[in-house]
Amino acid sequence: MRAIKAYDTIVIGGGPAGLAAALSAFEAGAETLMIEREKRLGGILKQCIHDGFGIIRFNQALTGPEYAGWYIEMVKKRGIPLLTKTFVTEIEQRGDGFRLSLVNSSEGLYQVISKSIVLANGCRERTARQIFIHGSRPAGVYTAGTAQYLVNILGYLPTKRCVILGSGDIGLIMARRLTLEGAKVVGVYEAKATPSGLERNIVQCLDDYDIPLKLSHTITRIIGEDRVEAVEVSRVDQTMSPLKGTEQVIECDGVILSVGLIPENELAESLGVRIDPRSGGPYVDQSFMTGIPGVFSCGNALTVSDLVDYVSETGKYAGASAASFVKDLPAQELIPIEKNEADFLYLIPQCFNINAVEQRLILYFRSRENRENVQVKVLADHQVIYQQRYQKLIPPEMKRIEIDSCPKPLNGIRDLRVEMEEGAKCES
Amino acid sequence: MRELTCILCPSGCQLQISKSNGEWTVNGNLCPRGEVYAVDEMINPKRIVCSTIKTIYPAVPRLPVKTSQKIPKEDIFPVMKVINQVRLDHPVRRGEVIVAKVLGTGADIVATADLYYLLEEEGING
Ligand SMILES: Cc1cc2nc3c(=O)[nH]c(=O)nc-3n(C[C@H](O)[C@H](O)[C@H](O)COP(=O)(O)OP(=O)(O)OC[C@H]3O[C@@H](n4cnc5c(N)ncnc54)[C@H](O)[C@@H]3O)c2cc1C
Repeated sequence: MRAIKAYDTIVIGGGPAGLAAALSAFEAGAETLMIEREKRLGGILKQCIHDGFGIIRFNQALTGPEYAGWYIEMVKKRGIPLLTKTFVTEIEQRGDGFRLSLVNSSEGLYQVISKSIVLANGCRERTARQIFIHGSRPAGVYTAGTAQYLVNILGYLPTKRCVILGSGDIGLIMARRLTLEGAKVVGVYEAKATPSGLERNIVQCLDDYDIPLKLSHTITRIIGEDRVEAVEVSRVDQTMSPLKGTEQVIECDGVILSVGLIPENELAESLGVRIDPRSGGPYVDQSFMTGIPGVFSCGNALTVSDLVDYVSETGKYAGASAASFVKDLPAQELIPIEKNEADFLYLIPQCFNINAVEQRLILYFRSRENRENVQVKVLADHQVIYQQRYQKLIPPEMKRIEIDSCPKPLNGIRDLRVEMEEGAKCES
Repeated sequence: MRELTCILCPSGCQLQISKSNGEWTVNGNLCPRGEVYAVDEMINPKRIVCSTIKTIYPAVPRLPVKTSQKIPKEDIFPVMKVINQVRLDHPVRRGEVIVAKVLGTGADIVATADLYYLLEEEGING
């Protein structure tokens, strides 16, 4: 029997989160292995050929492949051990470590063990279960990510005339991409009264090409036997129920679904990691460690991020934490980070390890609703340790707070909370 | 006065821009880049164009490319036409120029991925 290989840190996923995690774990001296199921590294960035990545990290608007390329070169240059075309099927907790089951074509099914694990396995796209489709499901319905893969990787245009359901960013990006390649995008239909995607994408992807955005509208029927021939769209009321008499039939040969992303949690759940229903990913502390000591989460597996820069940042800290966990991390003692659920859609981390030595604290959050002129405060044992006023907070835009020099030591605190309150009206 | 949304970062600042005595005044920007963007939008709106070009390699049928600088909006579709006529028959590095000074815009079409790397991962030696 072959000896089972053992590592300090195994990073699952070779997207921007995993690349950053592997780099920092390796640089911290951990025996690191990165595992990616596809042939190429880069994750979803391989197909995100548009620009706008790395505004914070590199202070310029790179394309997805360029951003990933920088990290891939670093990983190759360092010679970090790497398995591609290898799928992690299962993780089991074993004594003071973990046993991972891997499958690939050269070795078949085999196992490796590791003292710590970084889950950087990304997210998947929601499919529209909410659409009511009569009869057979015709060809021509694609998720925005699938359409992006077909156009950008394979060079195949899946539609000549389509409608887009949902106003998520990938759908907006694909509206422009399909238009550039000669397809007609009749419109983007969003059931909510506000767009899910960022305003900048509405401007540069829709307005630039005169593609209408129809808020409070949804697809109520897809027409066609084998292939989409048309869709019926309707207005919806505040409860998102279609309004009778507002139906309109639009001829098209394709429907692109852009109804959101959710973290990929299967591996985390198989380990028994607790999932936060609001962020969609695991509960973590400030070192990105989940409720299971030695298991870390980052990138879109932790929460779906609109900026890849934050994805890389969570990867970087998760990787470094996973490496130091192996050495001598003090025992975890957690307190929840309190917040008002009516104000925050979610906040990461969800809990705070009061035994941690690090004084730096990074928080990511989304507001539940559009808010103007609000003050966000962080309080440790009821003393304000950070405050920031925001002119505008909108749910599509994730915000980041970094507290690097706390006015008081954070280890041993009994209470940590984040508050949002209406700021004093500014005179202008 | 005109209102526009800055597209340079996720903040998406709402800019107000107006002109008096030949001078532009921009309000609502959180950073200096917003001012430059707003004036450009009024005089000559420009965009980076990102797309793909065909290659002769069946395992990597498309290579992503972009314009090396912003081009005027009205040149976007003519430039797309040029991009779609290219058929790459040799490996290139990231950043390598595929079409120089496309349609007199001053911008080059450059590769945004390393075709050597992509072919290598497919088990093909460029
Ligand atoms: C279709 C799609 C399009 C997107 N477009 C944009 C965009 O235009 N702009 C933007 O800013 N953001 C976009 N995003 C968000 C984008 O995902 C993040 O910015 C970022 O790329 C996430 O990085 P990640 O490393 O967390 O995940 P990913 O890039 O998804 O990487 C996860 C990696 O893990 C691998 N993996 C998963 N499970 C396993 C397993 N069991 N074993 C081994 N390997 C595994 C996957 O193959 C993948 O390579 C998009 C997301 C999706 C899903």
